[in-house]
Amino acid sequence: MREVVTLTINHTRVEVPAGTTVLVALLANGIMAVRRSVSGEPRGPLCGIGVCFECRVTINDRPHCQSCQVLCEDGMDVRTE
Amino acid sequence: MRLQRFATEVLVIGAGPAGLAAGYTAVRSGRHAILVDENPAPGGQIWRGEWTTPRSSEAALWFDKVRRAPLTILTGIRVIAEVAERTLLGEDQQTAYEFRYKTLILATGARERFLPFPGWTLPNVMGAGGLQALVKMGFPIRGKRVVVAGTGPLLLAVAAYLRAHGARVLMIAEQAPLSRLLWLGRGLWRFPTKAWQALILRGRLFDVPYRSSCWPLSANGDGRLQSVTLQCGSRTREIPCDYLACGFHLVPNVELALLLRCEVREGCVRVNEFQETSRANIFCAGEPTGIGGVDLALVEGQIAGYAAAGRPEAARALFPQRDRWRRFASRLNRTFALRPELKKLPDAQTIVCRCEDVPRGRLEEYRSWREAKLHTRCGMGPCQGRICGPAVEFLFGWTMESIRPPIFPARVESLIASPEQGESVWR
Repeated sequence: MREVVTLTINHTRVEVPAGTTVLVALLANGIMAVRRSVSGEPRGPLCGIGVCFECRVTINDRPHCQSCQVLCEDGMDVRTE
Repeated sequence: MRLQRFATEVLVIGAGPAGLAAGYTAVRSGRHAILVDENPAPGGQIWRGEWTTPRSSEAALWFDKVRRAPLTILTGIRVIAEVAERTLLGEDQQTAYEFRYKTLILATGARERFLPFPGWTLPNVMGAGGLQALVKMGFPIRGKRVVVAGTGPLLLAVAAYLRAHGARVLMIAEQAPLSRLLWLGRGLWRFPTKAWQALILRGRLFDVPYRSSCWPLSANGDGRLQSVTLQCGSRTREIPCDYLACGFHLVPNVELALLLRCEVREGCVRVNEFQETSRANIFCAGEPTGIGGVDLALVEGQIAGYAAAGRPEAARALFPQRDRWRRFASRLNRTFALRPELKKLPDAQTIVCRCEDVPRGRLEEYRSWREAKLHTRCGMGPCQGRICGPAVEFLFGWTMESIRPPIFPARVESLIASPEQGESVWR
């Protein structure tokens, strides 16, 4: 397994250790509010285990991915709202 | 859309302690078994992140046993529906899966119970287990100021874990009264391993204040958490912090059991002495049968595994052990019962349903969960009421009456994937 994975978060290249979830990559890069709620409030993760859907982001053009349950991969394109 | 098909004698959903024990016991009893789990790796929540590097000796022992056994473990796959008799449908990022089974063991675990209070939707307010899960997956917490609040034994474990990873844990706020905690403590001599664990945890947290009868009144900040206001006995106090890790014990994940029409009573899957549900050939083990912790989950998993493999006598030999851990669990659940004052935490503007942003004030005019859902969309967002459901049950006494497939938001391609279109790989 490779030690480091390179992905883009909101068009910026970042490197994270292999085995990092997308959510941890977002938080570690200063994005605490991962999405906006239906009434426009900033929201961050709540449950951390794939239940609450507060951490959903767009990964490789697929919307509504739960970033806490997906591991970072080389070349991944992650976008937050 | 690819469709992969699997057939097995024993299908286990969930690869936490209960599921691992069940699957392992079934294959060691000569059955073919497949374990399916939605997380990136086996271990459930308690052993999250430990599959490659175990921290606890118990995790190391079980992972080692499981790795040596002829057990197929499929991770990152979420079961979303039942598509035919004894056939479940699942999906991951790319592929749909069909799992055909003779016997099913549900080991779907638990989640934290969240209660709404003003400010609980601010970024950096998370579950206690939630923040721990993030740190387990590599989130740096070193030097951060954390208040741990809510109720349950998890608070101590989380505080000790965060502290070991460099967090400055400012306080543990436990809503249970001191009298209950002392009652629990007095009974611990009957469970020496638990008494020892409690002592070790307390030792690691020797300089962290642990306050009983203490709970969060509000999380404060503009767009991001700045402080938390706590009720501590008769006084209130405000503590500036970077994170509030707050969870109110656990609730069983019973959605899949409900979907499969297994009897659920008071939020727990009903099982007989062999862990079999009201439906023949569907077993259930671990937290879904009632919150009981890792020791009970491991025993229930083994009993379910033996019973599913047609070895009732081997299962029976474990009954005394299960009784013991059930007694411990019932003491825990009585100790950490929610106090009625917590029902007053959310004001009219406080959001209860985070998916649809429904405040408490909009819910009060309705008489049932169904009525409230139809009028306000409460519980109809992507989490499908998993977060607000237990809160609404506590606040208003409404219970979820039914569940509809898919039990998680799923891709249409997964739902319409059929064997004709996809690859057929029966294993």
